[in-house]
Amino acid sequence: MKNKALRWTVLALFGLYFLVPMGASVEFSLRDVNNTHSFSSWGKILDEPDLLPTLGTSLWVAAGTVALTLLLMVPTVSWVHLRKPKLRRLIEGVSLLPLVIPPIVLVNGVLVVFRDAPEVINGTPVILVLEYVILALPFTYRTLDAGLAAISLPTLVEAARSLGASWPTVLLRVIVPNIRSAVFGAAFLNLALVLGEYTLASILLMDTFPVWTVSTGQSEAGVSVAVSLLSLLVAFLLLFVLSLVAGRRKASRGVA
Amino acid sequence: MTAETVTAAAGVAPAAPAAAPVRPGSARRVLSWVAGHLGLLPFLLYTGVFLGAPVVMVAVGAFQDNDGAFTTDNLTAAFADQFGRSFATSIELSALTAAAGAILGAILANAVLGSKPDGLLRKVVSSAAGVLANFGGVPLAFAFIATLGSIGIVTKALAGLGFDIYAGGFNLFTFTGLAIVYVYFQIPLMVIVFTPALEGMREQWREAAANLGATRAQYFRLIAVPVLLPPFLASTLLLFANAFSAYATAYALTTGVVPLVPIQIGSLVSGNVVADQQNLGKALGLGMVVVVALVMAIYAYLQKRASRWLS
Repeated sequence: MKNKALRWTVLALFGLYFLVPMGASVEFSLRDVNNTHSFSSWGKILDEPDLLPTLGTSLWVAAGTVALTLLLMVPTVSWVHLRKPKLRRLIEGVSLLPLVIPPIVLVNGVLVVFRDAPEVINGTPVILVLEYVILALPFTYRTLDAGLAAISLPTLVEAARSLGASWPTVLLRVIVPNIRSAVFGAAFLNLALVLGEYTLASILLMDTFPVWTVSTGQSEAGVSVAVSLLSLLVAFLLLFVLSLVAGRRKASRGVA
Repeated sequence: MTAETVTAAAGVAPAAPAAAPVRPGSARRVLSWVAGHLGLLPFLLYTGVFLGAPVVMVAVGAFQDNDGAFTTDNLTAAFADQFGRSFATSIELSALTAAAGAILGAILANAVLGSKPDGLLRKVVSSAAGVLANFGGVPLAFAFIATLGSIGIVTKALAGLGFDIYAGGFNLFTFTGLAIVYVYFQIPLMVIVFTPALEGMREQWREAAANLGATRAQYFRLIAVPVLLPPFLASTLLLFANAFSAYATAYALTTGVVPLVPIQIGSLVSGNVVADQQNLGKALGLGMVVVVALVMAIYAYLQKRASRWLS
């Protein structure tokens, strides 16, 4: 769009569309009795007895998902790039399958498959960790694949191997540092997914942060909205900082 | 020698400088074939157990009655009456919001691309798009209740101007309301998936066309549209799948007033309805997978055509 005035009008209209509901949420969270406004909903956030435990659950599920995802996918995608480029389409296809299978369908099958699984898996959020790795696969694969395609992997690995490095060393000290921003990106997408996922958690009856937000919304709407806004803001800031860092790294590499 | 073995050799050969030269032997070849594929075993095992097995169980369950005997009753029921209508509603809602989201998202992406590549605007928009595309469920429902609900900010503002939308027949908790809310996460997703295609448009193509005497209209009709159409349609289909599987937003906003397939499955699974209809939920699930798989097959085909231009 060459016309500057038109472009800014378009951007302003979209800005309005996205900001008005946010602004309305803020106003809603500030509403108090008798048409007054106050910070009482925000003040009550820390008094919620179940907020911190459910947030804690979600955070450890997120940590587990990120760790397991990276443990499984970094070696797999590296291996495909290095040794089996012909199988790239197969791995990509499998990784994109969760886009075809709606979470509500997946959880249906999970209920059957792990019905008789040990308590450790079935009765605790461990099952969420295991399945969130699957839900995050499309993002994870795309991000890591792009990261690995951008470096000259065979040369790096060959150099490291000829200097006597073992495979684990190559993976941890050569490949991972070189695709650092892709690894961070994948980790962040996993985090965002876990902190927002509701379908699996609610049907598997796990008390995670999104499930708590929903149930609290029925009795204390103001608090629920305040907490949601807070979590959105945190997610936005994380992504924004990530894009600043990624941009700077690319720029400095360009100069060098 | 294939490219694959060359890469493999490049990666492995320096590792054993002292070892004897590799003698071509069939046993060795089988071993190296096994070793080569062993690296993929953890991934295949993992996806087999946590993705493949549940999906197979859904597919099998769709054809079973409560005692495990083979039946097509579930599937018949899944497409009849009430459930058949929910498929129609789901498909209609997804198609409508995918089209609206795709068009608006493409306009927004185009407007953003006019700015500096490393500028603040781009970073803000791309970060916001990443967050908002995942925005859903109760927070989104509340945001719109506070905006367009019966005492929402916009509703009250419009009433102040003399437009009482609720008297005019609007209601947030209906199909129309749901569509407006869905577009809120569809546009950001479109910005994310369509921006790379727009970035692939070369400025030289426009210059070349202009040098050959093409008008702006001709450039659009003969170059921009043919190049951008496949990725645009592909992105639209992705948006369709996204809306089709959305569960939390519809659940939080309408608590099932608007009949959508994911909501129906959800209530069948949580046993809110009759407990012996578990397999009906699986039949509905199978139906969903088939619909999205069809859409994705078209998506894959279009992507293939698109990559011809944008590589």
